[in-house]
Amino acid sequence: MRGEALYVDDLVIEGLLYGRLLHSDRARARIRSIRLPKLPPEVTVVDWRDAPARNQIHIVQDDMPIFAKDEVAYVGDVILMLVGPDEQELQNLLSRIQIDYQELTPVLDPQLSQQVFFDYHYGHGQVEQAFAEADHIFSETFHTGLQEQAYLEPNGLIAIPGNRKMTVRGSMQCPYYVKTALVRALGEAADQVQVVQEVTGGGFGGKEDYPSVLACQLAVAALKTGRPVKCILNRREDMATTTKRHPSRCHYKVAVKAGQVTAMDIDVLMDSGAYTTLSPVVLQRGIIGAPGVYRIPNLRVHGQARKTNTVPNGAFRGFGAPQTFFAVEMMMSHIAAALNQEPLAFKARQLVSQGDETSTGGRYHFYVSLPDLIKRAEELSHYREKRQAYARQTAQRYRRGIGIALIYHGCGFTGNSERDFIKAVVKLKKRTDDRVEVLASNADIGQGIKTTFAKIVADQLALPLEQIIVNNPDTDKVPDSGPTVASRSLMTVGQLLAQAAARLKQVWEPGKEQVIEEHYQHPEYMIPFDMDRFAGDAYPTYSWAVSVVELELDRLTGTADILGAWGIFDVGVPIDYNIVQGQMQGGFLQGLGYACMEHLTYSPAGVPQQTSFTDYIIPTAADVPNLVTDLVNNPFSHGPYGAKGAGEMPMVGVAPAYLEALEQAMNCGRLEHVPFTAEDVLDRLSDADGHLHPDFDTWTWQSKSEAESQPADPRQRKG
Amino acid sequence: MQIINVQTGIPFILNDRPVRSLSAPGTRLLDVLRQEFHLTGTKCGCKEGECGACAVLINGRLVTSCLVAVGSIAHQAVLTIEGYRKTERFAVLDEAFAEMAAVQCGFCTPGMVLATEALLSEHPHPSPEEIRQGLSGNLCRCTGYQALVQAVSTAAQKGAGLW
Repeated sequence: MRGEALYVDDLVIEGLLYGRLLHSDRARARIRSIRLPKLPPEVTVVDWRDAPARNQIHIVQDDMPIFAKDEVAYVGDVILMLVGPDEQELQNLLSRIQIDYQELTPVLDPQLSQQVFFDYHYGHGQVEQAFAEADHIFSETFHTGLQEQAYLEPNGLIAIPGNRKMTVRGSMQCPYYVKTALVRALGEAADQVQVVQEVTGGGFGGKEDYPSVLACQLAVAALKTGRPVKCILNRREDMATTTKRHPSRCHYKVAVKAGQVTAMDIDVLMDSGAYTTLSPVVLQRGIIGAPGVYRIPNLRVHGQARKTNTVPNGAFRGFGAPQTFFAVEMMMSHIAAALNQEPLAFKARQLVSQGDETSTGGRYHFYVSLPDLIKRAEELSHYREKRQAYARQTAQRYRRGIGIALIYHGCGFTGNSERDFIKAVVKLKKRTDDRVEVLASNADIGQGIKTTFAKIVADQLALPLEQIIVNNPDTDKVPDSGPTVASRSLMTVGQLLAQAAARLKQVWEPGKEQVIEEHYQHPEYMIPFDMDRFAGDAYPTYSWAVSVVELELDRLTGTADILGAWGIFDVGVPIDYNIVQGQMQGGFLQGLGYACMEHLTYSPAGVPQQTSFTDYIIPTAADVPNLVTDLVNNPFSHGPYGAKGAGEMPMVGVAPAYLEALEQAMNCGRLEHVPFTAEDVLDRLSDADGHLHPDFDTWTWQSKSEAESQPADPRQRKG
Repeated sequence: MQIINVQTGIPFILNDRPVRSLSAPGTRLLDVLRQEFHLTGTKCGCKEGECGACAVLINGRLVTSCLVAVGSIAHQAVLTIEGYRKTERFAVLDEAFAEMAAVQCGFCTPGMVLATEALLSEHPHPSPEEIRQGLSGNLCRCTGYQALVQAVSTAAQKGAGLW
């Protein structure tokens, strides 16, 4: 607030040099030769030859090079770094480097890609039989676009070499991810690696994987020059070259019998971009959520992530779920419309409830609060009345619509990762002055985890909040309590802190230094998750949400004003009400951006076309004047004070709610992709009769008894 | 047209004190503030005048300092968060922002605070619409703006008479 918080670019470090990156400007090419201008003596070139151990960055796999050696795989791939004392001079020199490329044809469309990075199948029941016995079979294909995290502080780090030690400080979510990547990249060149998170200006997933990349590049430069090296990406560089939300293509085939969905056959394709980064985990979360919040007795799901010559896609709030929840919510809504039913009523009849099997044969062990959330959403938004009223409107130019979406968030890591890989540890250190320091590796990136941790520990120990110290994590001081992702920090790590604090209270001795360590215990009720068969409890519990969007469309300009927006959330019990509300509101707006304005595209040569806030538009204060978010308590017995994961949820349901509202306002058939921008609205409205051109319409509808269910519009039938 | 003497630098008023910048006249005010005067409360989010993180007040008017050449502000008064935070008005904003949890990652905050000052100077009792318009030049990716609007509204009430 006072402008005193020091972000990485604000640090003063003696002997500091700058590093500037040379990015490939070709999407796919071999490097024949690199011609450097004459370099002044104070400037050093750092490239793949300088990697001391291996020229690879460990994220989940190790396929991304620290510096491209003889080929580049996307526009933005880093070829080398120039290091020197004057940033502007480096920038001038970079522009004079000439690279002789042998160009290869880039693959930009994942549907045309031959390289499958990840491929998963799972399912249950008798899918073919269910389709054979169905009254109706529907199918449709949905697309979602790229999305940029657009944290206000760009990515940036400093690598500081020491005596056989390497320290990296800066903007990040996961200090131990960065540390692991550095340990592997540096090998024997450093006995000790230290990673320190500085105040971080937003992350949203965009500082989960990418900092490992920049850290390795800077550490190699610091090792070579023997001096501290800093690189803060400029906005265009950050937007053009760092990880984003995976674009997706989701195909749904759905069987309905006697008004109930009896089977889904789902095929999900995600565009991984040039390297694997976190794609396997994003894809897993996406396909596990693909059947949505519905009870589907017969299910078959196939998911792939394929390589393209585009920016590697990675973590972004929601992590695979926004893609598939968009698709399933639109699919359910379209089926309801085809069957002449109100979408919410149709969906509400198929909801999962406590004790039901999950998509992967696990169990919903705890109360499913969706009916309560729907009720609250209806009270606040008057959804049903408005939905009916807007169906009768006759206005031509200004037309209204309202839409609703139901989603969940699987809290914490997918599968057994907490037990098998993360093995979180936390410590509480009581000082001789009786102040208690929280030692955990979770980073405050604006979500307020420091406050929340402090509140938990203070409450358990019955101490004033001021007596609890939470510093930014430094891997030399804090144990590995895992990364700051998946809305796990509070639910999982917060619970460990609550337990540690309870133990500390029992042994508390005034004036004495005491340390309590607590290790993660996998909940006993969980059905172990078998990653090979994709079966078992994928998550310990679920958070639930209902999103409603009401809008007024100007059919002349294609623009829509938000008349009302409601987000109703079950996060268990909020530990800090204001912090949770802030998360819900911020996430909701990111979801709205995803739905209708945040649009990223590549040129035919694979060059990103939107690389600044001038042409990549994110919501401003003026866009949603009337957002209402509300929380419904549903305590989680295994979370601290009943808390569950929260932060990702608000992002997920906004796009389908917005599009359902837009469909009603446009009144010309089904919409099937996001973002759906004002230009898209005008394009669709200007099509001959407002309907999607049949060549692009993927919707099909087959009915067993043809005579009974003849669709009103013959164009709705295909295939 | 101002004549600028390279030796004596560009004179301007920075947070109520006369200073001289020895940077080239074409240097961005943002860089002058952060690098020459070590006032790092002014943040760099885009260098294209789109995000508002680098907003400062020049003669009371809100500007994005990344788009201002230091040579163009000779003898003018620049107020950054470091100067503003000493004021009574800031204390009111500080309390209101904290009360409404209007700060998440904090990177947009200094710019947002100065945008609020500019807004309240013009409209001491702003409507929610005026607040939203007044802050619409400053991007925030964390809060969804809801808490910010409430904070400004609260500050306008509690600080009535100050603006």
